[in-house]
Amino acid sequence: MRKVSFPFVGTANIPFENLMRAFGNDVILPSRPTKETLSLGTKYAPEFACLPFKIVLGTYIEVLEKGANTLVSTGGVGPCRAGLYTALQEKILKSLGYEFEMITLEPPSRYLKDLIQNIKKLINVKLSFKDYIRIAKFIWKELQLLDKAEKLSHKVRPLEVKKGEASLAYKKAVDLVREAKDLKELLEVEREIENLFDKIDKKDIDPIKIGIVGEIYVLLEPSANLEIEEMLGDLGVYAERSMFLAGYTFYNAIMDLFRRPGEMDVKKEAMPYFKEMCGGHGRESVGNAIIFAKRGFDGVIQLSPFTCIPEIVAKSILPRVCEKYNIGFLPVTLDEQTGKEGLRTRIEAFVDLLSARKKKNFIKGDAKNGALFGY
Amino acid sequence: MKVGVPRTLFYYAYSPFICSFFEELGVEVVVSELTSKKIIDEGVEDAVSDACVPIKLFHGHVKNLLNKVDFVLVPRLVSVNDESTFCPKFLGLPDMLESSLPDFDNMLEVRVDTKGKRSELFKTCLKTAGTLGIGFFKTLRAFNKALKNYEEYKRKFREGTIPYLGVESRDKNSDVIIGVVGYPYILYDSYLSLDIIKKLISMGCHVVTPEMLAEEEKRREDLKLRKLLFWTFSNGVLRASYNFIRENKVDGIIHVTAFGCGPDFIVDKLLELECKEKNVPFLTVTLDEHTGQEGVNTRLEAFVDMMRIKKARKEAAVS
Repeated sequence: MRKVSFPFVGTANIPFENLMRAFGNDVILPSRPTKETLSLGTKYAPEFACLPFKIVLGTYIEVLEKGANTLVSTGGVGPCRAGLYTALQEKILKSLGYEFEMITLEPPSRYLKDLIQNIKKLINVKLSFKDYIRIAKFIWKELQLLDKAEKLSHKVRPLEVKKGEASLAYKKAVDLVREAKDLKELLEVEREIENLFDKIDKKDIDPIKIGIVGEIYVLLEPSANLEIEEMLGDLGVYAERSMFLAGYTFYNAIMDLFRRPGEMDVKKEAMPYFKEMCGGHGRESVGNAIIFAKRGFDGVIQLSPFTCIPEIVAKSILPRVCEKYNIGFLPVTLDEQTGKEGLRTRIEAFVDLLSARKKKNFIKGDAKNGALFGY
Repeated sequence: MKVGVPRTLFYYAYSPFICSFFEELGVEVVVSELTSKKIIDEGVEDAVSDACVPIKLFHGHVKNLLNKVDFVLVPRLVSVNDESTFCPKFLGLPDMLESSLPDFDNMLEVRVDTKGKRSELFKTCLKTAGTLGIGFFKTLRAFNKALKNYEEYKRKFREGTIPYLGVESRDKNSDVIIGVVGYPYILYDSYLSLDIIKKLISMGCHVVTPEMLAEEEKRREDLKLRKLLFWTFSNGVLRASYNFIRENKVDGIIHVTAFGCGPDFIVDKLLELECKEKNVPFLTVTLDEHTGQEGVNTRLEAFVDMMRIKKARKEAAVS
């Protein structure tokens, strides 16, 4: 029997696990990446591989040790490096002596045949058409609920009277989604999640708003971005991420099938500054920053793994964009050496700067645009 | 009219075409000065800190040209063949420059997306000449001349001359053959590469580089990868190295790369795994704006000595 495992990305493992089980596979659950995972990955990965590569490689080694024999991950068409990661990771892991099958799910527009073949490999029970519809509905609802819970937690966290309540409620919400067995239960869970966050005592303030843009893995996986959203929430900041799981899946798996480029408005906004698609989420970072600015946000934080090429291009363009739209900008580069306290200090300084600016529209020296460099 | 050509990145791959094209059009071509400490420092000042040295260097070269010419050529290299594209930094280069150098308003941006078709390349040339106010027939003549010049340059490379460094890759009494692989804008920039190639030749090595193989020869090479790499230069380096190893053309391989180069971590790891499997000596030299000459010299000497010993042993075992 196939023992399937996959990289750990935020809460995506819950719907993915259910999907794999519904297809009749045994699932070896990856655990949340820890320091050990990262050092395992760093040990075997090339030095200049980006943080996601290292974390995912570490996760693979952990799950292979636990007995997985099939690894499933996504591919890509470039020019971002991530599209080649599975190929290289497979080579590295095989040279370490592990035996397994690597299944790469490529985007449907260019590799439809390949994708269908690969999905067929993963379906090991007989399912009727009705079953597929049922599974699809269930998974989609799960994705939506997980995103909803997360969005609610971001909204409530800066307003909570008692620190930590929102994080607790969020944890509970995720557990509820994980335990739900069918669509009906999920619908109940949805109400319960809303209740959970409603119950929290909230202050009536207008928090500072910061938009977070950047590379998808470090955006979605809290252990890779040192829980930056929680950190911001605890400082009383409303933080909104530019990318969520459901939206990403929709644009990249379904719209791609019909060869419709995803997120048109984001691309359109980025166009004057970023004329060429250059892979990854570089252009989306610029476009989303502009959208955040237009929505009246106070600042933008860009998260990028060290050596991430598309984000480096975005990083050189973002300061000008943020200056033009008059919002603050803080680039954060993450690698295996980044410490949480160092990041906290920078975030605190950034938030202080933004709140001072908000209070008296302060224009002086470097603080003019609220951009913090050289950190 | 004067057009400035920055002496880095695309220059070391396509300059014979570009320069002769503009010259034939009757435009004066000004190439930026040879890379120097001053140019690197100027680039570092304005480029985004995470960028690799070649990109920083490009900023420096552009600044070097800025006030000397009417236009500075900044191509946006998207594709030159049907299978791959360029590093995202090449794709976003004009956008990066526009943001990092706010005073830079005379950029001649040329988008090159030929997918390997000569007609597309001609269209690109025509468009560029059009912006300079030059007509069809003059462009056609310049285009043909430039292509001829480019072929000539490629032939010279295949014969073992390195035009940029002005050296022959082989000395009369060279005893070991080393494949020095890397991107042209690193290998042939003598300041950036700390003159590794000349140094090796003076140590009595025969140096071969990816440009010395014909394109068709490289294309035939099977990379044993499920998916080709996405980047043109990287595929060139990888294929050339596989060819050197498979046909036993070299005694060892030196991979010269820039610190923080995105595509190279994949290239380097694949090379390392391949060399390990085939038992070929392998050395990676990572360069950045702080690399010191002496450290690199020591490593090169040690590597060459090791190869000589290995070779002597092998020959002794055979006889």
